Amino acid sequence: MSTAVSRFGETLGGLFSRKQEAAIAAAEVASLRSDRFRQEREDDWRRLDHIVRRIEAGRIRGLSDADLEALPALYRMLVSSLSVARETTLDAATLRYLEGLAQRAWFVVHGPELGFRGWFRRFFAGGWSAAVRGIGSDIAIALAVMIAGAVIGWVLVSNNPDWFYTLMPPEPGDVRVPGASHAALYASLFGQTHQTDLSIFAAYLFSNNAGVSILCFALGFAFGVPPILLLVHNTTEVGALLWLYHGQGLTLDLIGWLSVHGTTELFAILLAGGAGIHIGRAMAFPGTRAVLDAASEAGRRAATVMTGVVLMLVVAALLEGFARQLINATAPRLAVGGIMLAWWLTYFFIYRGQVRTR
Amino acid sequence: MARWPWQKKKPAVYGGNLTNRRAREILTAEGLRLPLTIASRGARAGAVLIDLFIVYFGLLLITLLFVWIVNGLHINKLDPKNPARVIFQALVVFWIIFAFLARNAWFLWFELGPRGATPGKRMTGIRIAARPGRDGAATRLSAEAVIARNLLRDVELFMPVIFIGSALRTSSDTTLAGWAALVWFAIFALFPFFNRDALRCGDIIAGTWVVEAPRRKLDAALSLGEAGQGISAVTGAHYRFGDTDLAIYGEYELQVLERVLRDNRPQVLAEVADTICRKIGWSAGAGDERAFLEAYYTQLRARLETGMRFGNRKADKFAERA
Repeated sequence: MSTAVSRFGETLGGLFSRKQEAAIAAAEVASLRSDRFRQEREDDWRRLDHIVRRIEAGRIRGLSDADLEALPALYRMLVSSLSVARETTLDAATLRYLEGLAQRAWFVVHGPELGFRGWFRRFFAGGWSAAVRGIGSDIAIALAVMIAGAVIGWVLVSNNPDWFYTLMPPEPGDVRVPGASHAALYASLFGQTHQTDLSIFAAYLFSNNAGVSILCFALGFAFGVPPILLLVHNTTEVGALLWLYHGQGLTLDLIGWLSVHGTTELFAILLAGGAGIHIGRAMAFPGTRAVLDAASEAGRRAATVMTGVVLMLVVAALLEGFARQLINATAPRLAVGGIMLAWWLTYFFIYRGQVRTR
Repeated sequence: MARWPWQKKKPAVYGGNLTNRRAREILTAEGLRLPLTIASRGARAGAVLIDLFIVYFGLLLITLLFVWIVNGLHINKLDPKNPARVIFQALVVFWIIFAFLARNAWFLWFELGPRGATPGKRMTGIRIAARPGRDGAATRLSAEAVIARNLLRDVELFMPVIFIGSALRTSSDTTLAGWAALVWFAIFALFPFFNRDALRCGDIIAGTWVVEAPRRKLDAALSLGEAGQGISAVTGAHYRFGDTDLAIYGEYELQVLERVLRDNRPQVLAEVADTICRKIGWSAGAGDERAFLEAYYTQLRARLETGMRFGNRKADKFAERA
C-alpha cells in the first residue's frame, strides 16, 4: 500500500518524493491506522492546497505546468481521501481540513465554465440576441404598454393642456410649454451645434439612463407591475411632447430629433422593461416549475439582456450627446435613427449566431 | 430561550450545536457529499458595509483629487473655445463613468473572479455559490447569475436608504404613498430574514446563495509521538487503559477531548482529567494531565475507529454499544 502511494506521489511531482519518504518513515511510528493514512497522503493534500491558493489569488500564471496538470488528479485523490476518512477516522481536525479543502478545490475545478473573454464572445455571437428573442412575448407586452403610454399622454394633454405641466414638470428656461411659438419650438430642435461640453452631456445621459433602466429591471421582482408603471411614465412624456409640436406643425421634425438616439434609447428601455416583466411573470406564473427555479431561470436570461441594455445606452448617449447636436436637419436625423433601428432589429431577430437557445 | 405557545418544543440534543441550522449539503459530480454552511446574516451585512465603505471612500478620494486638479489648473473657468478645456471635459467624463462603474462593477468584477467574493466578503470569510438543484446536485456559478444578483442591489440597498432617509426627514407630513413605498422597500431590504437560506432578492433571481468559505490549516495530529504511545514525557509513566475504561465514552466525547487538548488550557485539562479518572476509578495525580489525556484520547480513538471499521459506531456516552 505505502509503496504504491509513494510511487503515485513520485509521478505527481518529484519535488515531494523525499518528503514522502520521510512521511512514510514517520508512519512507522504512528500507532493508529488512520494516522498512517493521513501521513501517507498529507503531502499531496498540502500540494493541492498550495495550487488552489494560487488560483484563488489569481496568480494562475505563476503555477508550473506540472502543478496544473496534477490538479485534477490531486482533486480526485482528495475526494477519495475524504470519503475514506469519513468512514475510518475520528480525527476531527483532519476531517474539517479535508472538507474545507474539498470545498475550495471544488470551486476551483468547477469554476465558471468560461473566462470573461469567452463569455463576452458568446454574448456578442448570439447569446445576447438569443436572450432577447427568449423574452419576446414580454417585450411585446412592454411595447404595447409604451405605445399605450404615449397615446395616454397625447389624449390627456389634448383634452386639457394643464396636464402637460403634470407630465413634464416645467424647468426654468424651458421653452417647451403649451402655447409656445413655432419659432421657439423650432429653435429647440435645431441650431444647437455651437453647444460645448458635448462629451460631459453624453456621459451624464448614459449614467442617468443606465441607472433608470437597471431600476426598471430590478423592480420587475415585484411581479412586473413597477416596470409597467415606469414605462408608462416614460412614454406619456413623449406623447405630451408630440402633441405640443404637432400643434405647430413640427411633428416630423420632433420625430427626427427624437429618433437619432431614441430608436436606440427607447429600444433599450423597452428591453429593460421587458426583462423586468419577464422576471415578474415567471414568479407570478411559474407554471409547472418551482417558483425559485422559474425565478432563477428568468433572472439569468434577463441579466444577459440587461448587460446588452447598458451597452445600448452607451451608444444612445453618444448619439444623443454628439450626433443629435451636430446633425442639424430632419432628413439625416431620421436616416441615422432609422439605420440604428434597422441594425438592432436585424441583430436581435434575424441574426442567429452560433448559440441557439439559452 | 422563551418559547411561544404555538412553537414546537425542540427535542434536546446532547452535543447538538447551533451552526447545524445553517448546515447544507451538496452532491458533486464525483458523488461526494460536500458540507456547506450558509453565511450568517451578520457576516453578510458586515461584508456589504465594508464594500460600500471602500467604494464610497475611493469615490470621495477621486473626487477630491479631481477638484484639486481643476482648482490648481484653473481650468473650470476657461473660455469654451480654449483648447485646454478638453482636459476639464475629460476629467468630468472620466468622473461620471468612474462613479457609475464603482457603484455597479465593483461587486460584479470581484464576484466573477475565482474566489467568488468581494474584498468585504473575503474579510468576513464568505463567498457566493450557485444553489444546488432540487436533488442537491451541485451546479456551476455562471456569469449571468453573478450579473443578475448584482442588478438588484439598487432596489434592495440604495432605494430603501433613500426612502427611509426622506421619511425620517419629513416625519411629520409623510404621505400615505410615502409610507407605502417605505414598507414596500423595507420588504426588499429585509428579505433575507424571511427565508431559511438567507437569500436576498438578487440571490433568488440569480439562483445563488452565500456560503462560508473557511480557510483552515491542517492541525498536527494529537495521537503521534511519545504521548500517543501512552508514555509521559514528564514522569515517564506508561498509561494503558483497559477495554472497560474506554467503553464508557463515544465519538462526541472524543471530539470534546480533542478540542480541550488543542485549546491546551491547564485548568480545563485538569478538570477533564479529574472527571475521567473519577469515572474509570483511577487516581493519576496532578501535574501530568496532558500526557494522561493524550494517552486516553489516542486509545479511545483507536478503540472507536476499530469499531467503525466493523460498522459499530458509538455516537456518545448514552449510546448502547461500541
